[in-house]
Amino acid sequence: MASWPILSFATFLPLVGVALILLFCRGNSPDVLRNVRYISLWTTLVTFVLTLLVWANFDPRNPGYQMVEKAGWIPEFGINYHMGVDGISVLFVVLAGFLMPLCILASWESVQVRLKEYMIAFLALETLMIGMFCALDFVLFYMFFEGVLIPMFLIIGIWGGPRRVYAAFKFFLYTLLGSVLMLLAILAMYYVAGTTDIPTITATQFPRNMQLWLWLAFFASFAVKVPMWPVHTWLPDAHVEAPTAGSVILAGVLLKMGGYGFLRFNIPILPEATEYFAPLIYTLSVVAVIYTSLVALAQEDMKKLIAYSSVAHMGFVTIGMFALNQQGIEGSVFQMLSHGVVSGALFLCVGVVYDRLHTREIARYGGLVKNMPKYAVVFLFMTMASVGLPGTAGFVGEFLVLMGVFRDNTWVAALAATGMVLGAAYALWLYRRVVYGKLTKPDVKAMFDITPREIAVFVPLIVVVLWMGVYPSSFLNVTSASVEQLIQTYQTKLAASHAASGVSVAAR
Amino acid sequence: MTAVFPDIWPALPEIFLALSGVALLMLGVFRGDGFTRPVSYLAIVCMLLAAVLAMGYGSGRVVTFNGMFVMDAFGVFMKVLVLVSAAFAVILSLGFNEREQMARFEFPVLMLFATLGMLMMISANDFISLYVGLETQSLALYVIAAFRRDSGKSSEAGLKYFVLGSLSSGMLLYGASLVYGFAGTTSFDKVAALFAGGAHVSPGLVIGLVFVMAGLAFKISAAPFHMWTPDVYEGAPTPVTAFFAAAPKVAAIALLTRVVMEPFGHLAAQWHQVLVATAILSMVIGSFVAIMQTNIKRLMAYSSIGHVGYALVGLTTGTQDGVRGVLIYMALYIAMNIGAFAVILSMKAKGRMLEEIKDFSGLSKTNPMLAATMAIFMFSMAGIPPMAGFFGKLYVFLAAVAAQEYTLAVVGVLTSVVGAFYYLRIIKIMYFDEPAVVVDKVDDDGMTGVLVLTSLFTLLFFVAPAPILNGAAAAAAALFAG
Repeated sequence: MASWPILSFATFLPLVGVALILLFCRGNSPDVLRNVRYISLWTTLVTFVLTLLVWANFDPRNPGYQMVEKAGWIPEFGINYHMGVDGISVLFVVLAGFLMPLCILASWESVQVRLKEYMIAFLALETLMIGMFCALDFVLFYMFFEGVLIPMFLIIGIWGGPRRVYAAFKFFLYTLLGSVLMLLAILAMYYVAGTTDIPTITATQFPRNMQLWLWLAFFASFAVKVPMWPVHTWLPDAHVEAPTAGSVILAGVLLKMGGYGFLRFNIPILPEATEYFAPLIYTLSVVAVIYTSLVALAQEDMKKLIAYSSVAHMGFVTIGMFALNQQGIEGSVFQMLSHGVVSGALFLCVGVVYDRLHTREIARYGGLVKNMPKYAVVFLFMTMASVGLPGTAGFVGEFLVLMGVFRDNTWVAALAATGMVLGAAYALWLYRRVVYGKLTKPDVKAMFDITPREIAVFVPLIVVVLWMGVYPSSFLNVTSASVEQLIQTYQTKLAASHAASGVSVAAR
Repeated sequence: MTAVFPDIWPALPEIFLALSGVALLMLGVFRGDGFTRPVSYLAIVCMLLAAVLAMGYGSGRVVTFNGMFVMDAFGVFMKVLVLVSAAFAVILSLGFNEREQMARFEFPVLMLFATLGMLMMISANDFISLYVGLETQSLALYVIAAFRRDSGKSSEAGLKYFVLGSLSSGMLLYGASLVYGFAGTTSFDKVAALFAGGAHVSPGLVIGLVFVMAGLAFKISAAPFHMWTPDVYEGAPTPVTAFFAAAPKVAAIALLTRVVMEPFGHLAAQWHQVLVATAILSMVIGSFVAIMQTNIKRLMAYSSIGHVGYALVGLTTGTQDGVRGVLIYMALYIAMNIGAFAVILSMKAKGRMLEEIKDFSGLSKTNPMLAATMAIFMFSMAGIPPMAGFFGKLYVFLAAVAAQEYTLAVVGVLTSVVGAFYYLRIIKIMYFDEPAVVVDKVDDDGMTGVLVLTSLFTLLFFVAPAPILNGAAAAAAALFAG
């Protein structure tokens, strides 16, 4: 076992990169900018290696928190610096570490203005994301969770498209509104439990009436983050306006914060409310899956289409976790990971053509297969993964989710399955319009195929998508013990409260 | 009663400050306006020395001067806050006053006397000493609000502040006399003992209490007594505004806290809804009206109204946790407020001060460090972690949730989202817009020092928050032990 604070290293290493850029890269000459790029790339690569070490150190048979670090932070107030990962969070840490170097590579040439600030924002974002998945103290968690808004606001607002200001404000205020309600819930729990330690609070039983309100407050925050219908409207705007790498991180990691929050807080801490509100989640998720898939069919903008498909795919995630059985929750964790990789890759695919033609309008493209055959292959592969073709990552997650929910509610499973059909429709239609057809437009004809740097970005993604699709056990093994324990916690607490209310009914 | 020479040690900071104020005044008179910088430096040194003296007091509650004056850990905490923020305000004023030809030695001396008044307010244990402290402070503040005497705006601000300030002082006096009439004493301790013994609460006394609170609400610029704030903040010279937004506010909050907790601690049922209404109004007005402002000083005025609302949320609970929240909030508020005003004072193009929000356009390109500093303060004021402002809100709302003031807490967090909008607007203007004017470099060492100190404090507070949090907790405990 690691005796050194590996999670803290992984979390705060990107800040070392920030410090290096601030200290050593002055001026704006091409050499300096090259150094900024390389410092960022190496920092994120080393961080990725660290996150892999976290994975390597992780014992999949142990369902509890591992590599735990605990230090006094505000001990008089029961607030500690408490970090640790379990089977649910460890792969998200790896996901964040994996996507970040790709984002830096993807921004290598496309970002020309204020490069230094751009890289600093991304590195700070990485610290906040990894820290959020490792935090085991509510105040610490909230700091990372909310802190993410600052760099993302700047990334969308400074390097975004024409309507970037609107999108940045919408993103920030929507998320903040949900989060402040969660803060109140955290404070209420703090008041009851006397600590903000997440494992301790997970072991605390809250009264049923209080649970309902707390659950709604957490829901307000995570539903916006996931995002669930009808509070998803910030996502298409944010995605369309954000620079490519911003979209990748947004879809790849930030959306997972919502799903992770549901798994970490709503289900184990508030089981009675979870049982009570599960039909609400089912309803909203099914609407999301079907409605946003239909909306995606009607989109003219490539990024907007993928953004709506994200909402639909995240609908599967929420359906799966509230099925509250092993397949459903494991499936939803897997689906989050696969969506993180696949939708990230799809945004990168859009980024490739956007860098060349500077438009995301679907109708402006067509016939790319003729002059960009390698790109066509990559795009096809990722489209198939998004559709959920067996052998790719997308299939495993959706299959497990449907299996899990089928055991709980066949109607929800049936309706969600139609979403898969619609998903195939919009994804394939997008592919047809962009890649096939006649190559008539002269500026499209002039587009060149993907460069070695872009291939270097896509190859790891393709490998991972295939790996997840062909041998999912290497990921599912990591999660299963913790998911099992999660379900056990949920059911024990639920049974205890049912028994208690049964006793009180009997006593009357 | 035999005349006994009172125990003067608890009042050492005040006595020291009063004597040094007189000495500095003499120094200024004999050496003339050319000696303004040394007088200012000495004033800063005196304020910091007084802070050291206050910190050296230790703990335990001591009442002296026949029960007129009280010193406890609460007083120490607040006095240090006031003195440090006043010292920072003097530093901020140096460059500005010289540029605007208003560098006269009276300026730091008046600030010193105002600070003296504030210290007395914090230690007041009787309505008489409360009033003496308040007026010492106010008279000095009226003069420095109108210090730029050839500017119409500054004179208007001074006059407005004077007229409305006297009105509020009048209300306070009227309330105090009603309390005296119905309770038979002006001493806080005796009033407290009266109600602790379960004395009948007459309507006259409640009216008196409400008048006192209205007078104090004016001083902290809480809604609905906030009308003067935007005009005075806009009209007064900017360093004066920076001073107004920090030190007097802390002192008045301290005074209000002591008044509602000590003499009227048993009358929580009577003052509770008054404070709830004030807090909600302040938060709502502070956040919604600020959206429409175009002048940065007016914006800061509304922002300060909102912040007072948040601090009052803590006070409303009437619990020790609540008072602790107020103290933490004020400590963090003055750091970011002084920092934000330091940025505003650094905003000048070709030597001319810039006060419009649109002048911040593209600041991140023309002066990246200044823009980053301002962004830190704005995110902090919006309460976004990991900035210091988040912790202020955290502890205030914690107290509100613990006291089951859910309405107040929910209104508070919702208005903080509205507030986030206008703070973000400034960041948007600095970072997303194209530069309109080229802002001069910051060429003042004192200003640079203040900017660096306050921004690092605001940004890195989360690394070691324990000293301030524990200090505030001890101070709050002292108020409840007494």
